[in-house]
Amino acid sequence: MAATDTQGAAASSFGRVLPFLVILALAAAVPLTGNEYWGLIVTRIAVYWILIAGLNLIVGYAGQLAIGYVALFTLGAYTTSVLAAGNATPPVPAFAALAIAGVVGAVFGVVVGLPALRLRTFYFAITTLGFATIVTQIALAWQDVTGGGMGVTGPMLPAPFDTEWGLLYFCLGFAALATWITANIARSRFGRALVAVRDADVAAEATGISKPRLLVMVFILAGALAAMAGGLFAALQTYITPEAFNFELSLLFFIAVLIGGRGSILGPLIGTIILTVLPEIAAPLAAWSTFLYAALLLLIVLAIPGGIASLLDFRNRKPLAAGRTIAPQVDLVRRLGDQAHPPTTLSLRGIVLSFGGVRAINGLDLDVRSGEIHGLIGPNGSGKTTTLNVISGYYRPEQGTMALDGAPLPAGVSTDRASRGIARTFQTPRLIGEASVLENVMIGGTAHCHSTFAEALFRLPRHCAEERELAERAQLALRAVGLVGLAEVRADRLQHSELRFMEIARALMQRPAFLLLDEPAAGLSAEEIRHLATLVRAIREGGTGVLLVEHHADLIFDICEHVTVLNLGAILAAGTPGEVRAHKEVVSAYLGA
Amino acid sequence: MLASILASGLAVGAIYALIGITYNTMFATSRVMSFTAGQLGMLGGVLGSLFTLKLGLPWPVALLLVLAGCGVIGVITEIVAVRPVLKSLDQHLYVLTTLAAALLIQQFTAIQWGTEPQPFPRLLGLGSGIWDEKYWLPVVVCAATIVGLEYLYRRTLVGRAFVAIAEDNFAARALGLPERDLRMASYALAGAIGGLAGFAGGQLLLAFFANGPLLNFYGFIPVALGGLGNNRGAVIGGIALGLFQQAANFLVGGIFSSVAVFTLFIIVLLAAPQGLFGSTASRRV
Repeated sequence: MAATDTQGAAASSFGRVLPFLVILALAAAVPLTGNEYWGLIVTRIAVYWILIAGLNLIVGYAGQLAIGYVALFTLGAYTTSVLAAGNATPPVPAFAALAIAGVVGAVFGVVVGLPALRLRTFYFAITTLGFATIVTQIALAWQDVTGGGMGVTGPMLPAPFDTEWGLLYFCLGFAALATWITANIARSRFGRALVAVRDADVAAEATGISKPRLLVMVFILAGALAAMAGGLFAALQTYITPEAFNFELSLLFFIAVLIGGRGSILGPLIGTIILTVLPEIAAPLAAWSTFLYAALLLLIVLAIPGGIASLLDFRNRKPLAAGRTIAPQVDLVRRLGDQAHPPTTLSLRGIVLSFGGVRAINGLDLDVRSGEIHGLIGPNGSGKTTTLNVISGYYRPEQGTMALDGAPLPAGVSTDRASRGIARTFQTPRLIGEASVLENVMIGGTAHCHSTFAEALFRLPRHCAEERELAERAQLALRAVGLVGLAEVRADRLQHSELRFMEIARALMQRPAFLLLDEPAAGLSAEEIRHLATLVRAIREGGTGVLLVEHHADLIFDICEHVTVLNLGAILAAGTPGEVRAHKEVVSAYLGA
Repeated sequence: MLASILASGLAVGAIYALIGITYNTMFATSRVMSFTAGQLGMLGGVLGSLFTLKLGLPWPVALLLVLAGCGVIGVITEIVAVRPVLKSLDQHLYVLTTLAAALLIQQFTAIQWGTEPQPFPRLLGLGSGIWDEKYWLPVVVCAATIVGLEYLYRRTLVGRAFVAIAEDNFAARALGLPERDLRMASYALAGAIGGLAGFAGGQLLLAFFANGPLLNFYGFIPVALGGLGNNRGAVIGGIALGLFQQAANFLVGGIFSSVAVFTLFIIVLLAAPQGLFGSTASRRV
């Protein structure tokens, strides 16, 4: 069984790599034809792809719409050429100039990306657009260095890369390297985190993913690749002028990713090939090419938003089995965590939070202990979910303090909760629809990983070991919550109830000391609620403290050790289920006679 | 020199402010920032030059035709690029569809009109030097637009309906307001304002197909500074940007003025992400 699993995995990973190898082999065979025109086009595709491979992480994975990336390409082309020609400094060897261009590109990749770290995506789109305009203006006006409108000669790579075919092989090799490292990132926890930030930023924060830190690393990588691609472009052109770097080129880069499809590498590669070759074989249309690109962009977004990748995704077209049931194997919950948490308390004191004039929480005290299920109930608008959001750090209360195991828990910080052992689910499941169920669950393990971005880039051993362990634990978590067999399915194809259990699996990946569940039983069948009760009990047995917000009073009184009833943001009653059920005001305000 | 800086700074500032208002007018009813804003300004200049110089129409007739033409472009934008993606606003597909629409407009103009800047006629023939009409016309038009919009939003039923939709789309629909028609009307209005900006600034910017992206960028800065949807912020931001840019232009020269503007833009965005006059972010959770 285990042996066939490994063979199957090896076969499927070979199947994934095969299309890339075929494309590489075809490209490497072009010199055999001796046709220099096609050699030029293949080299150009390779150069463009070096940029697009990096841009793909930004646009296709992180969903940040960088439309002016030609600016970094231009920057790299001029930096390499000017340094190699010695216009401003003593002449620098071509490879050193290329490397310096990479560093300059990395720096400006981050500068242009700064607005993306905090602002909505239109700001980033327009900043890259503005940057593209300015770089061209500078190239035109800074005549002493760039040669202005006259241009400057491109760098000459040393032998054996100084011929057409030598340059072609160098660019192909570089493109293969770019494919490999960006694919490594895409398939690592960093790639999954990029997609999480794009599709479920709130949940990403709860699992400890910091969007600014993540994006900065990707901007560095993509900026360096873009600038070095520019340097190679200058070597290929042998002479560059500002006109070579028009907005049409930027559009080609951007649309290649979108035609290819989000969250894919093969798709954008095919997109790059198509968009580069198309104007060559349809020469009479050259004047209209930007117009056609724009029309294509509109068509893709409106008709096939998934791009080529969605057309190639055969696996997710098979219908899922009907009448699936969720069957948790609760004995596995124990194996998920090492239960290293000593018994502690999560305590809130005097929390006050208002929205406008409404006091959502009005002086709340709450203690959740590990190994205990604490129910939080109350009418709609009584402040239950708001309390969870204060604990998770999404809201900063105006007054009051929080403490975890006696140490203060900083208010209004959301990304440190995972490392502090606080996990949660959401009232509306926050999923990454385009990722597989397994990947969704693996997101939960982010805070326990230590390998760096650089280790992921080159698949170093520690990173690979962590990835394997993450996948194994995610499989285990899926079996524990009863979603076995759905690991490879796109998450947006799941039923609502399955998503609720998937969120619990994701939270369990964090080995939480405290688990906050926001209405986990909403929308579940009676059978599923029974399974949920067993599951939550098993989580408590493992030593985790559970704070359970629910409207199903039966479930609450069945499994909780302690119940707090909220009304208008303050505690109406608190105690054991028996005490609360007998409380007169609770009965009249909430439970009904 | 100070007088020249003031004259040209106020003039381009007023044009940027008007493009900012074009962004805001579309944003108010649809929550969409559209890349077509700058292209509408470009079209104002190109169509104005086409109707007056090429077809020989008197300028008031040309102005009416420009307003109508840009209004129609606005409505088409709404139908083709905005309405289909409103369902999934959180995926930001509008950035792509409006970019595509903007590029279609720009490239069509480039091919049909040509890629060289072409002259725009003097309209009134008034003033000279720093009092030339090309400097004060945009300012007068900007002021008139503000007064007109304030009247529309405060005194008329349609204007109040716009405000209602901008304030709370769901509540407005629940009251029975024809949200879709109002959205189309606001896109027509935005088209007319963008066209007016280009027409009023035609003598400064000329009839040039590549003005679109430039106006997109410089027209967005006042919006980002003033806060999305805030017209008063856009006017203040636009004038400030125009003066800053022209001052830098005269003092340190063309390229470095655009570098200065870009740097300042990024710094302000990072320091005040909601803009200087904007409201705070909405609740995410």
